[in-house]
Amino acid sequence: MTESTATFDVRQIGPASIVDIRGDVTSGSEDVLMSAYDAAGNAKSIVLNFSELSYMNSGGIGLLVTLLVRVNRQSQKLLAFGLSDHYRQIFELTRLDEAVGIHDSEQAALRAAGAG
Amino acid sequence: MSDKHETAARTADALPDQQPNQLPDEIGGARDATHWAKAVSRLNVSQVPEGAINLNVTGKRLTSPIQGFGKMWQKTYQVRLPQERVSATDLIATWKQRFPDFWPEGNRFYAPLTGIEPGEVALLNMTLPGRMKLSTGVMVLYADEESFTLMTPQGHMFAGWITFSATEKDGETVAQAQVLMRASDPIFELGLTMGGHKQEDRFWNHTMREVAAHFGEIAVVDTQVVCVDKRRQWSRWSNIWHSSAIRSTVYMLGAPVRAVRARLGGKSTG
Repeated sequence: MTESTATFDVRQIGPASIVDIRGDVTSGSEDVLMSAYDAAGNAKSIVLNFSELSYMNSGGIGLLVTLLVRVNRQSQKLLAFGLSDHYRQIFELTRLDEAVGIHDSEQAALRAAGAG
Repeated sequence: MSDKHETAARTADALPDQQPNQLPDEIGGARDATHWAKAVSRLNVSQVPEGAINLNVTGKRLTSPIQGFGKMWQKTYQVRLPQERVSATDLIATWKQRFPDFWPEGNRFYAPLTGIEPGEVALLNMTLPGRMKLSTGVMVLYADEESFTLMTPQGHMFAGWITFSATEKDGETVAQAQVLMRASDPIFELGLTMGGHKQEDRFWNHTMREVAAHFGEIAVVDTQVVCVDKRRQWSRWSNIWHSSAIRSTVYMLGAPVRAVRARLGGKSTG
């Protein structure tokens, strides 16, 4: 549970940084996620790509809340796409969907980020 | 100990928004699918155990730290046990089964009859400083073999969740309770700054020591407190409308009136 098996790769597209998430997101993913956020730099929007997410527990959701705090502190926007129906339900259940803009595709997320 | 160990006569059901019995394959085949509660709009308590007060749970929405008012905190409490004494999965199985036993006196956790399973709701009767009684609840947000998470509804002291977990490392089983929270409203935020944080630390320190003692260890609790966000969310001040402290107090003050009404009602029908 503490070991991270997730990877977070960062792509820069205009004013947005896309973070491609792969693998299992748990509380053990904190260091790699925060490193990815640091690599995203001063992008106006951080866009999380969940299409290759294979597992997430409540520790992983907690990490996203912590990331949201950092993003808000920098006056950035946090967006997401690629969520399966299951993970959309979890975002609704935990009410993360009220603070994270959820989109159906990368193009839609980038448009919302002003990069489309 | 007996007064806090309530094997409840069944507490609650959540009101599902989605199909209640979806299989993992139908919701994308995620490995974690069965570990999460189904999406709910508002909580519902179908049966209230004897002695429990269902005052601030039915009809309430769940609240994450995003919906809270106060500063955001992450508090971590850990105890270490020899791995040969208990494995991580056995520890969590015991913790789920005997959860109320490990709480401090004066606080009751009315566990669901079906145990700590995703989507189940438990009622809580707490004692706050000044001997104030408070009725609230939690929903099991997530549960697997190595962890479980309880999420709070509107009106709870804090908005957020607590994750109980166990891991094995270097011959030790590390049991952990981690709270991610904001005070729900300005009154609770004031209460936290005026001793509430210390009381919460005492609460979880006691709980962790009891968990260790159950496995025969006198453990020292490692406590880490991190302020994740120093800002208060003033736009959430109106959460006070749902305050379980206010509603519980009003309920307690109304007890004599209810008793008289019940007596009069009993006479007129008897």
